[in-house]
Amino acid sequence: MIRLAVISGKGGTGKTMITAALADLLPGTLVLADCDVDAANLALLLDPELIRTEPFIGMKSAVIDPAVCTACGECEMHCRFDAVHAEGDAYRVNPIRCEGCAVCVHVCPVKAVTMQPRQTGEVMYSQTERGHLVHARLVPGAGNSGLLVHAAKKMALEQDRDCDLFLIDGPPGTGCPLISTISGVDVVLIVTEPSVSGLHDLRRVVAVCRQFRPQILVAINRFDLDESLTDSIRKWCAEEKIPLVGLIPFDAVVIDSVRQGIPVTRAGASPAAQAIQILKTNLKQELTHYNNKR
Amino acid sequence: MKIAIASGKGGTGKTMVAANLAFTLSQTCQVTLVDCDVEEPNLHLFFPAPATVADVNVAVPVINETTCDRCGICGEFCQYGAITVLASRVLFFPELCHSCGGCTLVCPKSAIHEVPKRIGTVTFATPLPRLNLVTGYLDAGNPHAVPVIRAAKKAAENDNLVICDASPGTSCPVVETLDGCDACILVTESTPFGMHDLELAVDVAERLGIPAGIVINRSDGQDQATLDFCTNHGLEVIMTIPFDRGIAAIQSRGDLLCRVRPEWLKAFSALYGKCCALAGVD
Repeated sequence: MIRLAVISGKGGTGKTMITAALADLLPGTLVLADCDVDAANLALLLDPELIRTEPFIGMKSAVIDPAVCTACGECEMHCRFDAVHAEGDAYRVNPIRCEGCAVCVHVCPVKAVTMQPRQTGEVMYSQTERGHLVHARLVPGAGNSGLLVHAAKKMALEQDRDCDLFLIDGPPGTGCPLISTISGVDVVLIVTEPSVSGLHDLRRVVAVCRQFRPQILVAINRFDLDESLTDSIRKWCAEEKIPLVGLIPFDAVVIDSVRQGIPVTRAGASPAAQAIQILKTNLKQELTHYNNKR
Repeated sequence: MKIAIASGKGGTGKTMVAANLAFTLSQTCQVTLVDCDVEEPNLHLFFPAPATVADVNVAVPVINETTCDRCGICGEFCQYGAITVLASRVLFFPELCHSCGGCTLVCPKSAIHEVPKRIGTVTFATPLPRLNLVTGYLDAGNPHAVPVIRAAKKAAENDNLVICDASPGTSCPVVETLDGCDACILVTESTPFGMHDLELAVDVAERLGIPAGIVINRSDGQDQATLDFCTNHGLEVIMTIPFDRGIAAIQSRGDLLCRVRPEWLKAFSALYGKCCALAGVD
């Protein structure tokens, strides 16, 4: 199995649209995971049929029993996350701020604090036309998105380890969920766009990827919106020896297909669909090359 | 007045709205712009200026191997699995550490003390006479965005008028950015993706008790579903920016809509007025 993650650094460059189109085009058996657990959208394009949902229990969080609390304030004094505050005659933990360290449990002189499991999301396992899809939903505002990414990847790998390809739709950014997404993957496809922000964020996300050693590939979405910035990205990729495997033009059909809830490659012949065909061919070559090296 | 700009979905135009709002306000008053998208900060690209840099440090434990008797209490206590105690030595994994200080508290031999470890930086610039820009940067490969966001916001805590640009998403970095703000602007686009993620972002703002207004960006006229959603949730659409390749080009080369097309200054002024109304201030 090859593990391929589609990521971007900058948000909104077209990761999900490209992941869905690649799922449609790439041959062999597939398992898919949407690791953008904050805002998971891949399911909106793949018409999944839900098989089951599992609760996600993240870090435990502290709870103070107001009947036992003597309001001494030791918990607030020691909490580094500003999660404990006085409320009336007792102290209360704000679950949104609590990082589950349990220091308050340790310092409470009357044992008023306990650590309680808390459901902060759910993981869904579905059937699509192209294989199983794992996607997750984080309770809005909850922490532990990196752990939830890990749980989603684990479910996909346990259930479908015999697939040829594990295709992951990743999160934007470079922090905890991104690191959790790319750890253990073989190849990352970074989708960027010709803007000063796109190039800046591409450099940063490449720096993070290089700490994990996957093979790095780049595709430029809406490349024709600024040809000179596209050239800058091309030049930078060449200097960094990163293969540029796709150039997708701006195409109104992309938004239409998202509104229809289908991959753009299913929305009839279009310049974008044609460009993604070429991307697929290049990508397939890179994956074969990777497999041979392995 | 503190205003946060957030979105749920990435790439909807948060930074564009934040940059133009701050630029507009700086024409008449002092404003501080805080880039809280510390994983991929972009505002500095629109306001190039010399900057001073300060490190953001968190406390991490150092274990004195001569005092430590490998009792294992710190490893058992650490909720993040950042400490593993072996028979002959103690392993510490700094990337898993949340800097809670628990290990130093529980060690019966007082063998653990804390030292600062850099996880990112905060930079300060004054790109325009009445505009301060504070940017948080998370160091590459570091997973902990929240302390960097906290440090960036702290740098602006005494300023009267502050605009915070959030990261995409709905988890802890967004919560940290929104926390303590008087109003938030949620930038969306009229697609099923934009709508799905807007719903999540609205949920976060509601949980935090922060009044929110909606900006529809890149509108191609097919906004009815978004408008219906806003009506059903009692949310006001406080600005609509049309889809226009010209506007996209201004943004992609790192320029400002309000500088290139000054007729937009009035619209962003009005946007600020709507934010004040949301927050209930004059």
